[in-house]
Amino acid sequence: MDIFANLWLGLTVAATFSNLLYCLVGVFLGTAIGVLPGLGPVATIAMLLPITFGLPPESALIMLAGIYYGAQYGGSTTAILVNLPGEPSSVVTALDGYQMARQGHAGRALSTAAIGSFIAGTISTLLIAVFAPALAAVALQFGPAEYFSLMVLGLIASIVMASGPLLHALGMILVGLLLGMVGTDVNSAVPRYTFDMPLLADGLNFVVIAMGVFGLGEIAANLEDEAGRTVMTRRVTGLMPTKEDWKRIIAPILRGTALGSLLGILPGGGAALASFGSYSLEKKMSKTPEQFGKGAIEGVAGPEAANNAGAQTSFIPMLTLGLPSNSVMALMIGAMIIQGIQPGPSVMTEQPTLFWGLIASMWIGNLMLLVLNLPLIGLWVRMIAIPYHLLYPIIIVFCAIGVFSVNNNTFDVFAMALFGVVGYVFRKLDAEPAPMLLAFILGPMMEEFLRRVLLFSKGDPSVLVTRPVSAILLAIAAMLLAAVLLPSVRKGRKQAFQEE
Amino acid sequence: MTLIRGPRDFGIGAIYLALGLAGFIIARNYSFGTSGRMGPGYFPTVISSLLIVFGLVTIARGVFREGAPIGAINWKGILLVTLSVCAFGYLLERAGLVAALLALILISAAASERFRLEARALAGVVALIVFCAVVFVEGLGLPMPILGEWFRN
Repeated sequence: MDIFANLWLGLTVAATFSNLLYCLVGVFLGTAIGVLPGLGPVATIAMLLPITFGLPPESALIMLAGIYYGAQYGGSTTAILVNLPGEPSSVVTALDGYQMARQGHAGRALSTAAIGSFIAGTISTLLIAVFAPALAAVALQFGPAEYFSLMVLGLIASIVMASGPLLHALGMILVGLLLGMVGTDVNSAVPRYTFDMPLLADGLNFVVIAMGVFGLGEIAANLEDEAGRTVMTRRVTGLMPTKEDWKRIIAPILRGTALGSLLGILPGGGAALASFGSYSLEKKMSKTPEQFGKGAIEGVAGPEAANNAGAQTSFIPMLTLGLPSNSVMALMIGAMIIQGIQPGPSVMTEQPTLFWGLIASMWIGNLMLLVLNLPLIGLWVRMIAIPYHLLYPIIIVFCAIGVFSVNNNTFDVFAMALFGVVGYVFRKLDAEPAPMLLAFILGPMMEEFLRRVLLFSKGDPSVLVTRPVSAILLAIAAMLLAAVLLPSVRKGRKQAFQEE
Repeated sequence: MTLIRGPRDFGIGAIYLALGLAGFIIARNYSFGTSGRMGPGYFPTVISSLLIVFGLVTIARGVFREGAPIGAINWKGILLVTLSVCAFGYLLERAGLVAALLALILISAAASERFRLEARALAGVVALIVFCAVVFVEGLGLPMPILGEWFRN
């Protein structure tokens, strides 16, 4: 079987001593930042990007990926122990997990989350191995029209998960596209929106925007509700689930894995959507739905499996199409480009060790999370207790040094400060910046693909809807947009975000 | 404020409109081309026009539809955080990493109401600066002077 040969190749890459070490560092850091509220994977990966410049590409991506799924894991630990979801995807875990902890079952909730994540990680790793080559083969047939439509779909999907009014999210996409235009036009070499500043000729750096908006802007917003951050710590005992628990959690874990894997592939979907979906699915399937919200173990098992599966499969569009499905994947693409690798369907054939090594490392990383984190729970509890006012100056230090090191240029530091203000203002006005960052990355690519589409068709945009694959992608985008506008979905979306 | 019912909508709409107008006017300097041969001004003009439309719609919604107030703005927080980063950018090459970090940490920490300048906090600041100097300058070899031009004759 090809798949097993490929996975074996991946394991030989991922299981070298240095790569195991980078994987461990990644998942450990990821869990730590997932545990710490107010510091997300986007800001952390952006901060650590410079450190990866000197590493071989495999090691760099293995470590960055570890941060991403480690953060999902750490987020659920805080959600269960202190009812503070460290990541958006663990919001629903807090609902039943925290109730279990209050009833003295914190250990069982934590181990359920860990086991659910591990099973989901294992299955979705296999799914990636099976489906990624098929998808890459399809992607090789894609022309500019298909790519353009796929990017439209990705942008539309990103607003489904954005908090705040839909109108604001759509506007943020346009702002991101416009920001992406800054710099020299590749075709005509005309400098656009550079205001005669030579430093802007290469365009704005996405690390600058990500760190400004997600790092600094978030800190300023977090400083507003300092009073509400009191954290209690308690001893955690009884780590293993009982035999009875196993029977109750296995089906939700499998259902959550299936749902999460599916939603993760969708551009713009990812882990958060998966965990919300799984929670409502389990509530519907349950014979005792009234227990949900009062400490139902199924309400921890399903969403935790779903968000981990979704986090893993969101690598599929990134690795096979070169398209980011969320801000973290956009950063991963940035990391690959810095390493001199152009993400896309050819990565799998031209860089098999990178591709399969990364996939195998995800499974190893999940195993590490399972083995390491339950014994380390005491450490995480102590980390949760670190007061924010001691933490955020350190975050700013790393942001500042990190952004300087991208181009060794203080101009980027000032630009980051500016985007910090921008991020804060957007937050105050209910406009979530995540779609903007995605659009910023996709903007130049979209322009280039549209240019090619229209060049071939002599200016006739109807090719976008007459080519079948492109038409289907656009139709899905239109349906998504319509679905978000439906009153019932709008209400659900609102509720989901109010629980954050 | 009775004229504007939804200040958040109004605010973000005004930002969209301003950005769209600026983008549109600047893009007029770039050749538009034709659909078949898109010039450098084509895509920016389309995006800016859409942004203007979205800005107007959002502003209209802010005027006619009831919305939540913007809420208290943490002027001190955003100002000090921004200032601390700018101080770092200004001082890094002139005064060196040590002084730049010291300014960054002290200014940003002042943004919190809970920050107290005490012995333990100062020990933490020193430890963080030493850590950064060792890891980033010595370890990773980033071209940041530990002591800048001001301290060299």
